[in-house]
Amino acid sequence: MLFKTMAAAIALTAAMTVSAVAGTVKLIDVIELSGPGAPAGTNWKNGSDLAVAEINAKGGILGQQIELIHYDSQTNPGATRAAVQRAVDEDAYVVLGPIFSGPISASMQITQRAGVPQIVGGEAAAFTRQGNNYIFRTSLNQADSMPKLANYLRDEVKAKSVAVVWINNDFGKGGRDSMIPELQKRGIQVAADIATESGQADFAADAIKVKNANADAVFVYLNEEESARFLRAARQQGIAKPIIGETTLLGAKVIELAGEAANGVKGHVGLLVDAPKPTLVEFGKKYAAKYGFTSDHNGIKGYTAVYTVKAITERIGKLDREAFAKALHGARIDVAQEPGILIDTKWTATGDVDRESFLIEIVNGKPVVKATLPMINP
Amino acid sequence: MDQFLQLIVAGLATGAIYALAAIGFTLVWQTSQTINFAQGEFVMLPAILVLTAAHLGLPMGVAFIVGSVAFVLLFGFGFKRFLVEPMQRHGVLPLAIATMALSVLIKEAAKNGFSAEAQPFPSLVPDGSVSVLGAAVSVRDIAIFVVAIAAILGLQAFITHTRTGRTMQATAQNPTVARILGVPVERMILLTFLINAALALIASYLISPVYLAKFSNGETIGLAAFIAAIVGGFNQIRGALAGGFLIGLIDNLAAAYVSSAYRTAVPLVVLVVVILVKPEGLLGRKEERTV
Repeated sequence: MLFKTMAAAIALTAAMTVSAVAGTVKLIDVIELSGPGAPAGTNWKNGSDLAVAEINAKGGILGQQIELIHYDSQTNPGATRAAVQRAVDEDAYVVLGPIFSGPISASMQITQRAGVPQIVGGEAAAFTRQGNNYIFRTSLNQADSMPKLANYLRDEVKAKSVAVVWINNDFGKGGRDSMIPELQKRGIQVAADIATESGQADFAADAIKVKNANADAVFVYLNEEESARFLRAARQQGIAKPIIGETTLLGAKVIELAGEAANGVKGHVGLLVDAPKPTLVEFGKKYAAKYGFTSDHNGIKGYTAVYTVKAITERIGKLDREAFAKALHGARIDVAQEPGILIDTKWTATGDVDRESFLIEIVNGKPVVKATLPMINP
Repeated sequence: MDQFLQLIVAGLATGAIYALAAIGFTLVWQTSQTINFAQGEFVMLPAILVLTAAHLGLPMGVAFIVGSVAFVLLFGFGFKRFLVEPMQRHGVLPLAIATMALSVLIKEAAKNGFSAEAQPFPSLVPDGSVSVLGAAVSVRDIAIFVVAIAAILGLQAFITHTRTGRTMQATAQNPTVARILGVPVERMILLTFLINAALALIASYLISPVYLAKFSNGETIGLAAFIAAIVGGFNQIRGALAGGFLIGLIDNLAAAYVSSAYRTAVPLVVLVVVILVKPEGLLGRKEERTV
């Protein structure tokens, strides 16, 4: 019995510290490199690669080099579960990704059971409300973003009615379910409530429905490619009302894909390389120089996810997953302490993040920051 | 009423694309008695080839020419010479399976060789809308409809009013008799495959600015065109044309009045009804075969 207990203790200790024994800090990135999430996942992958290269060039974390492995989640819950299980089996110190909320919800129990911290890019409100102590965000929770956007629609756009276009997945449904009550609280009527499908190619019918709803503004909450297709369809159908969105709609990839149809789009963005923050601007230049295109918010999320691992691990002084998860709850990392975090960030007790955010408008294919919004709880 | 009219125009534009792809199914069926399951990928690929050529540094105009020529050679001549001819002698089923393999191969090659992400594709038509009977209608939808119809009418005129076209028809109806009568059957079959490639090319250039160029586009278009060809009549060009427009209209009206979630299901229901009521398709011709 004593022998069995000792063997279990040794095995557990080995599992907790295997990355240190191997001489590297193993991070496994389960990310959307194909399927509808490929634009987001590619940005995240590039951002995380960039951070790892920088950190390793400066000596790594606690003197150990980072080993970063990418597995394609295929934007598919089943494939994501398999990849996250593989990451756990391969003894990842921290699992990074994925970004899409459905695959996160389908896979996060695996890291929770194994006691492996997972830093994700999802925005759906639900997955940080399930008592999982190992899940952490890199972006604002949509439940925190929507009140800011609803205020914007009421105070700046002066909208009395809004047509809501959303994508029928966990991300879109979460956004729609967060936004509609916020609109109603402010006396804004929902003139149309239009669900679209992930991977949908033809948005002509949806744009026609939006146009005929004759709302004062259109709120669009879709993934990248679908956002671009909707904006193009809206332009073709001659929709002249303000089109308002949250982060994804105003991302660099959507602007690239939508072309001129993105001009005039306004909304709230948590992270962007054109923000009035020198560290974000500097990151944007480094990213563009290395990859030849502008990073969207997902590139920033991938980059800061790796720097979060660095900052917290150095703070606890050891490679210990449980201590890492405890330390990150309630942590605040400022740019002054760790420039790689790019913008001062706090984590709540549930793994949500709090940070400044921005109201922007797309002008001539470029995001222009109109206002900086403060942290919710500075 | 405005909304209904706008949906009809948008549906006709979508249907015109489906019709171009559906006619491809018909042409391949008439000449080789098989189904080309890579037809959707044939519509996806030309845009990817053009963008690849542009990424290699060619000016966009030259990239269009290079992409178009490469596609017609590879998937007009090459498809017939290196896939249809060797497989046809083994029967219809092996050939159909080979086209399924080709479909996967094209899709994965486009994903890995070009990009897994969607890419913007230049539009030859300006954005915006014009007033038709008081309703604002998309200029691009009208242009897609007009160009597709022009291509189809041109094909129909070529087949019915030229000697070569009539020879193609004879080849499709009975290649053995046509060969006895001195028709260069192989050349006619090759011409059919080149026309199929050209129609796919036109569909690709019309739809890619709307759908964005992406390796997976063929799945949507291929399935819709396949349904359109069966509903309209697999063995008749006019059937594929009618089926394309019908499915395009149903697709858009279902998205607006049923839901986006069920938009792909409604054409399938129509397909089942047509198969039960008129198995040869709405405008198809009954075929009898000895087994």
